[in-house]
Amino acid sequence: MSAGVQELPGSGTFERGVHPDDRKSLSAEQPIEVLPVPQQVNIPLLQHTGAPCAATVKMKAEVDVGDVLGTSDAFISAPVHASIKGVCGKEAVATLPNARHVHTIPVKAAEEQPSLGEVKEGLFGGEWPVSGLDAHSPEAVTQAVKEAGVVGQGGAAFPTYVKLLRNEKKPVDTILVNGCECEPYLTSDYRLMVEAAAPVITGSLLAAQAAGAKQILIAVEDNKPAAVEALKKAAQGTNVQVAALKTKYPMGGEKQTVRAALNRTIPTGGLPLDVGVVVINVATAAAIARAVLRGKPLTHRVVSVTGAGIKNPKNLLVPIGTAYSELIDYCGGLTDDCARVIAGGPMMGFALSDFSSPVTKGTSGIVALSKEDVKKAEETTCVRCGRCVDACPLNLVPTKLALASRNQAWDLAERYHLMACMECGCCAYVCPASLPLVQLMRMGKAQVRKLQSV
Amino acid sequence: MAEEQKETTMSVHVAPSPHISEVSFTTRRMMVDVLIGLLPVLAVAFYFFRQYAVLQVGICVVSSLVAECLFTAMRGRRATIGDGSAAVTGVILGLSLPALAPWYVGVIASFTAIGLAKVLFGGLGNNLFNPAMVGRAFVMIAFPAVLGASAYVDTQSVVQAITTATPLTVLKQAQEVTPLFELFVGKTNGSLGETSAAACLLGGAWLCFRRSASWEIPVSAIAAVAVITFLTSIGGTGGWTTLHELCGGAFLFGAFFIATDPVSSPITPKGKFIFGAGFGVLVLLIRKLSGYPEGVMFAILLMNAFVPLINRGTVPAPVGGPVPSKS
Repeated sequence: MSAGVQELPGSGTFERGVHPDDRKSLSAEQPIEVLPVPQQVNIPLLQHTGAPCAATVKMKAEVDVGDVLGTSDAFISAPVHASIKGVCGKEAVATLPNARHVHTIPVKAAEEQPSLGEVKEGLFGGEWPVSGLDAHSPEAVTQAVKEAGVVGQGGAAFPTYVKLLRNEKKPVDTILVNGCECEPYLTSDYRLMVEAAAPVITGSLLAAQAAGAKQILIAVEDNKPAAVEALKKAAQGTNVQVAALKTKYPMGGEKQTVRAALNRTIPTGGLPLDVGVVVINVATAAAIARAVLRGKPLTHRVVSVTGAGIKNPKNLLVPIGTAYSELIDYCGGLTDDCARVIAGGPMMGFALSDFSSPVTKGTSGIVALSKEDVKKAEETTCVRCGRCVDACPLNLVPTKLALASRNQAWDLAERYHLMACMECGCCAYVCPASLPLVQLMRMGKAQVRKLQSV
Repeated sequence: MAEEQKETTMSVHVAPSPHISEVSFTTRRMMVDVLIGLLPVLAVAFYFFRQYAVLQVGICVVSSLVAECLFTAMRGRRATIGDGSAAVTGVILGLSLPALAPWYVGVIASFTAIGLAKVLFGGLGNNLFNPAMVGRAFVMIAFPAVLGASAYVDTQSVVQAITTATPLTVLKQAQEVTPLFELFVGKTNGSLGETSAAACLLGGAWLCFRRSASWEIPVSAIAAVAVITFLTSIGGTGGWTTLHELCGGAFLFGAFFIATDPVSSPITPKGKFIFGAGFGVLVLLIRKLSGYPEGVMFAILLMNAFVPLINRGTVPAPVGGPVPSKS
């Protein structure tokens, strides 16, 4: 069964938000290509939200693809695995695009590697059953997902197994699989849905079984009809519904997706779990299927390398830990007028300063923007036009919050609900005065957190 | 080698997200929108008031620009006439004056508007009151003789519009009703920009369509006036209908072009509704219950004073409710 928007409990959209030019055509028709194995990968021991892993391999240890490199006993954590076959080096430190310093385990590539075709086939190809999945008990699914180091691949990289654990106080009735990919430019989820819809469906079914959900809904923005088609076809004979939601930024934010698809409102500071929903990304769903049915840990992911600043935009299947520069070089390098390179999308991604940073489980894309793209008008004063208020998907008053943060007026910030801000960037995108609203609010939030922790 | 050289000299910037923005819409563009929206009003004023209108608006625009340069320089700030806000103040001020007001009235009003009401408060974005209305209020009190109802009329003038009293004065003093069509087209006496309801509606619609003015303010103002006059027939004179009330005087000009000044109006949609409705109510109160025939200017200034309070009372609740307290 598949559902159109009409049959959804939600309206298919959410209030406010913005419509940036999606620029997805740059890479949307580029099939997923497997990146040739790099000479070395650097696997960060922290790629997720939660506790970092401790290395479980010694220097010079020989590892194969999928071997565990680090684990943690903490509840919220995820093990990391070797993404290529090779020899471990000395533990080092890398700076991720979000400016976090993390320990990494370098793996030098061995001569012999599985062929690129084999890698892709192993991850996406073959049969993906949609029935008889009952054989996998909820505990077995959760355990397999935990051991495979699956984390949310939409960006936040929260360990997936934690979401799937059953909680008697907060029962889950719906698995919402997020294929909105509302950030402009990015097409990695789109290509995955088009080329490998089957594992997404299988993974969604397994996730629902683990979490005890009756309803399974895959949400895709309506600017991706090919993805909707592919998913619907793969979902035939299952109870997975595919919903086309209105294209609008930030539809992929879980608060917005849940509201648009299910007409439920996640409380401020709460989780989808509070309204009986578990939200997972489409790539995460595929990773769940691989982990449970094939015992494959999360070692590779699809990364869009795109933007006007890159010579040949592509969608690449890359071993985790590969340096950003390798991906950029493989796509022909940066153009002369490239002004900024971003890890993630242009609305919420981080500007790269160190191209040797490794790709992590949460890296959805590399967007190289030209001078023209990042051009901003000169900053002027706020005239209180209220465009930021009209754009804020959370119904905040960004200009007041930014002003309060700038003046460190914390009582004002609290009165205007500073901590509810999710930094989606809609306000700064529309601001006619080009005020750095998000930056100011981010600073303010950090200050408030500091004050609260004292 | 050459290739390598290029790699090392290539530079990319680092900046916080979002990395893209809607560059087509800037503060300056918003001001240009207001000027475009004022074009039909200006055209009607020039047509009916001829050289008087050209001169009055010209004096106010030039004085406003000069005042902006002068006062920002005195505060040691960068010149800000490029943002277009001083020009907007000048045009609106000029259009709010009577045709016959002597040249120094426009000059003094402009300097008061820019100097006292705007730059002294910290420049664009920081003024509590609408500058043009402060300037006009100042000269109205300073020169009552040249801005009072009788000062609008010169029976000897070759410009026909000026030979008769304004519709609101005629109504107040003689209980005579000006035909609606004349109010709509603008074939009456009055402050230069207020006479034509059609021009105000046309320019105002453009402003709201561009979202350079918030539609909530004129809509709630019109609704407030319409509902009250319809229900109470307040101060009702035979033949002076709700439509006369809306089209007569400066109500539409004020509702679309002055009350919508973003700086001196509330920021949330709810606040804008309250502001607009309050403006409409005050205009009616002053028109009907005070000695003045018209109340737009005072209504706007009074509502401006309420803005901080309205903002305080209309903080929107976030989607998902308030932030839970950490305890």
